[in-house]
Amino acid sequence: MEVGQMQRQWIDYTRSLFIEGFLDAQFLQLEQLQDDNNPDFVVEVVSLFFQDSHKLLNDLTVALDQKSVDFKMVDAHVHQLKGSSSSIGAQRVKNCCIAFRNLCEEQNIDGCLKCLHQVKQECCLVKNKLETLFRLEQQIMAAGGSIPLMELSF
Amino acid sequence: MDCDGVVSGVRMGEASEEVHVLAVDDSLVDRKVIERLLKILACKVTAVDSGLRALEYLGLDQHKIPSQSNGFVEGLKVDLIITDYCMPGMTGYDLLKKIKESSTFREIPVVIMSSENILPRIDRCLEEGAEDFIVKPVKLSDVKRLKDYGVGGRINKRKLPDTTEPDLSSSPPSDSSSLLSSSPSISPSPPSIIDSPIRRLKMTTATHD
Repeated sequence: MEVGQMQRQWIDYTRSLFIEGFLDAQFLQLEQLQDDNNPDFVVEVVSLFFQDSHKLLNDLTVALDQKSVDFKMVDAHVHQLKGSSSSIGAQRVKNCCIAFRNLCEEQNIDGCLKCLHQVKQECCLVKNKLETLFRLEQQIMAAGGSIPLMELSF
Repeated sequence: MDCDGVVSGVRMGEASEEVHVLAVDDSLVDRKVIERLLKILACKVTAVDSGLRALEYLGLDQHKIPSQSNGFVEGLKVDLIITDYCMPGMTGYDLLKKIKESSTFREIPVVIMSSENILPRIDRCLEEGAEDFIVKPVKLSDVKRLKDYGVGGRINKRKLPDTTEPDLSSSPPSDSSSLLSSSPSISPSPPSIIDSPIRRLKMTTATHD
């Protein structure tokens, strides 16, 4: 595949991620912080997020599995996950966390468990999407092309 | 190690004139982002993961012997402190209070960040002496505004620089570095009150004096 084609593919794919709500404007902000001297910034931040979320999701699973659930602690973990997902622009994960916190407040155990399942799914989805995106970027760079500048005009 | 050659745009002078920001956030992701945002604006950054570590760094922790807990650390120069509000143990608010209680550091502008846009929280922080309040996620435009506090703070304490010309040894400000060209970093006046949306909010709700 030639570079122009790959770039168009990248644009279409990126656009779809925004339209489907996987990513929001904060992701674009991160891309703007990347430059030739820090070419891996976005990949690094995203990796940190997934390391962080992996641990938080494990902690949440354990916390919700207790005989007597400590909802304050569950809420604290969800708050952290909400924060970091917001910081990388992972919109669907963030929205899931917002719903999750409401359920914590209601001390709704079933609701929380369902939400946990959903958050795990959303993290998995956005992880795959971003990995695909980064792979496309690597291919473009390897072929000597550059990543197009993306603006949110929709 | 960060290469100063990367820095573009107007600089105050040598590396020691860099604005040094102490960033406090328990989230690794957020620390990485805020660090990058600040470095893009040519700030020197020290990022720590808790209020306690911040106090340790400043020499304000109680575990040291009394003569050392007044915050005197040889060669330490911090121009701005930016801290998350919600942190386990010591919150950003607690940290803010400790800093304002310190004779050594109370003049340093402190900015609070929070993912929650809660007006009473914002008010409490401002009343305690916070310079500004940023709602997360933090963007470049938020940090650009802050940089003026760091620069303004230092200028108020020292003599004004004799010249507003860029340092001749670095490359001249270019249009491509749009990140810096819009906000002159050598500005003799403190940031306009109007520039801070928080201040604007306070002004419209305060009674006329």
